[in-house]
Amino acid sequence: MASSTWWSSEDLWRKFAIWVTAIMFLVLIILTFDSVSEIKSGTDRVPPYSVINQRIDYTFDETRNRMAPIIGSEAPLFGAALTTEQAEELVTKGKLTIQAKNCINCHTLLGNGSYYAPDLTKAWLDPAWGSEAIREQLMIGFLMNPSANARTFGSGRKMPNLGITEEEAKGIVAFLKWMSAIDTNGFPHNFQPMKQGG
Amino acid sequence: MTAIAGKLDSKILNGGQKLAVKYFMVAIVLFVAQVAFGLIAGLQYIFPSLFYEMLDFNVNRMVHINAMVVWMLYGFIGAVYWLVEDESGREVVGLKLGNIAFYVLTAAVTVVVIVYLFVQTGPGTHKTLWLINEGREYIEAPRWADIGIVVVILVFFYNISMTFMKGRWSGISGVLVLDLVALAGIYLCGMFFTTNVSIDQYWWWWVIHLWVEATWEVLVGCIMAWGLMKTLGARRKIVTTWLYIEVGLMFGSGILGLGHHYFWIGTPEYWLSIGGFFSALEPIPLVAMVVHAVYDSGVHRFKSTNHPALAWLIAHAFGNFFGAGVWGFMHTLPQINLYTHGTQWSASHGHLAFFGAYATINIAFFYLAMQKWRGNVWMSAGLADNGWKWKWSLGLLNTGVVGMTIALLIAGYEQSFIERAMGGSTWQAYFEGQMHPWYIQAMQWRVVFGIVTVLGVVLLVWDLLTIGRKEARTAAVLESPDTKESFKPSSTGAAAGASAG
Repeated sequence: MASSTWWSSEDLWRKFAIWVTAIMFLVLIILTFDSVSEIKSGTDRVPPYSVINQRIDYTFDETRNRMAPIIGSEAPLFGAALTTEQAEELVTKGKLTIQAKNCINCHTLLGNGSYYAPDLTKAWLDPAWGSEAIREQLMIGFLMNPSANARTFGSGRKMPNLGITEEEAKGIVAFLKWMSAIDTNGFPHNFQPMKQGG
Repeated sequence: MTAIAGKLDSKILNGGQKLAVKYFMVAIVLFVAQVAFGLIAGLQYIFPSLFYEMLDFNVNRMVHINAMVVWMLYGFIGAVYWLVEDESGREVVGLKLGNIAFYVLTAAVTVVVIVYLFVQTGPGTHKTLWLINEGREYIEAPRWADIGIVVVILVFFYNISMTFMKGRWSGISGVLVLDLVALAGIYLCGMFFTTNVSIDQYWWWWVIHLWVEATWEVLVGCIMAWGLMKTLGARRKIVTTWLYIEVGLMFGSGILGLGHHYFWIGTPEYWLSIGGFFSALEPIPLVAMVVHAVYDSGVHRFKSTNHPALAWLIAHAFGNFFGAGVWGFMHTLPQINLYTHGTQWSASHGHLAFFGAYATINIAFFYLAMQKWRGNVWMSAGLADNGWKWKWSLGLLNTGVVGMTIALLIAGYEQSFIERAMGGSTWQAYFEGQMHPWYIQAMQWRVVFGIVTVLGVVLLVWDLLTIGRKEARTAAVLESPDTKESFKPSSTGAAAGASAG
């Protein structure tokens, strides 16, 4: 227990702390450059905003042994194909509205947020919207007047009216459609989406 | 204040400590707000129509978690101002500016909370994000307030770093100042808008994780080191060496442990391995902290200058280990997290971790502050009324939070099975999980233990206002720690340490 014992030396552990911290931080910086380049919109993992012009599905991928999004044929949102800029503008409106209405303190997005209301990661694909033919209209109607069009599943937990305009509601739907196409490494697992293209 | 609390002797406090007690007082007010809004949010799970379209869950939950983040920061800032003059051997540099910063920050926090409660949300525009609410969990404060926070933190950093530069440096102050640089710098990562939710969450976790699971942990490590020297008379060499070990292990595991938030947000698959591995190591430094605190307490045979503070420091060591360490580890591996991510598991972990790691050590400092503010009075064994108030509030708060944690864990298990594994996470499956009797019962128990927690807070506030008020004895004096002496526990000391562990 003498103070000269090398492993109890203050100096040794100070150097240990400095070196470990520096190395780990450096590794994180390098990985961050790589990760951020891989999750820009328009990559394999995070599709371009114009993906809202296409049909999106979510199925089990045998080779990767997990669920993965499938981007399919033309299926424009609200019946009109948008340019890349228009699509980005609409999705941006949705993202701004989702933040401005504080959605994340009831819902989760990509599993992060609060647990009072359902996860929104695959909300666009949720079978509860019935069918492709009525989904968009149901979503808009619900977002603009959630207490009258409540979807509580018998729980009594109703989304409040947040004064969402039609433009904002369309933006939210576009954002949700785009988000459902992000490759989330198989989260949520075993999700059975609404039948697509039927 | 004096009318409620009785005699307080501000002259005995040094400049930094006078500012510290201001921070502590606001921290306690925010602590009360945190539990009050948490209780309402908890009740809304059982009675969904409670305050519907008046004070909805998202507002309550936002105030609940924001009050928590801010009272903890107030506690940390207060604790650092409390120790800075003692540790540096000189008066705080630029204290006047520090005082102005305190009032600016407190005014800003007040305005933000009033806007949260009475404006709540706005249209989907950048203006809303600048003026009302940024809508990003934990860092909802509007952008104008973000800028204010950064300015105040810079003033705080100036006060602390310049005081050490003009005074003397130590191992503790060196780690502290470097940690504050990281803490302030990381906050900047949360101050921008992007449409891309994956990029958004990538940088958002830099703020949340690298604060809570890295820089905050190191900050409380510094505060803990100083606290153990003050309450127990632990030797500086010992606490400093432990601090370095903890910093190495904490940053060694916690920096890349950030990857456990990058499993499912669109980020590449390598994070599954990196995040899983490094975050699984995160409990190790927390074990070191428990060993350190318990061993030191045992060696000193629990003879302390401030019994309530020491009790809360020990609660911190265990709470940090169980809440942040064990509860975090339980669902950190991707194989498990695929089913637990975004369920009440996270809430269970969050409650025990924030309380265990951070609330506890702040409360310890509230007691250290009250002891000195009363005129440096006795706060060791044999307190008036046998110290029942601090003992009961310690018991009620720990029972309340542990009870909530267990209830939320049961809810999380149930959700993982019924909603996730069986139901495949559809909305239908989500609500089936929410309406299952096991879930409902768990939520009821959570409120029961939430009420126990509230009672604990009430008693704690009462105790802080009254402890030492009629005390005539002066504080116990510990043998001054010999900074140069190596660690040589006596045989009796070692035996006491073993039995305490």
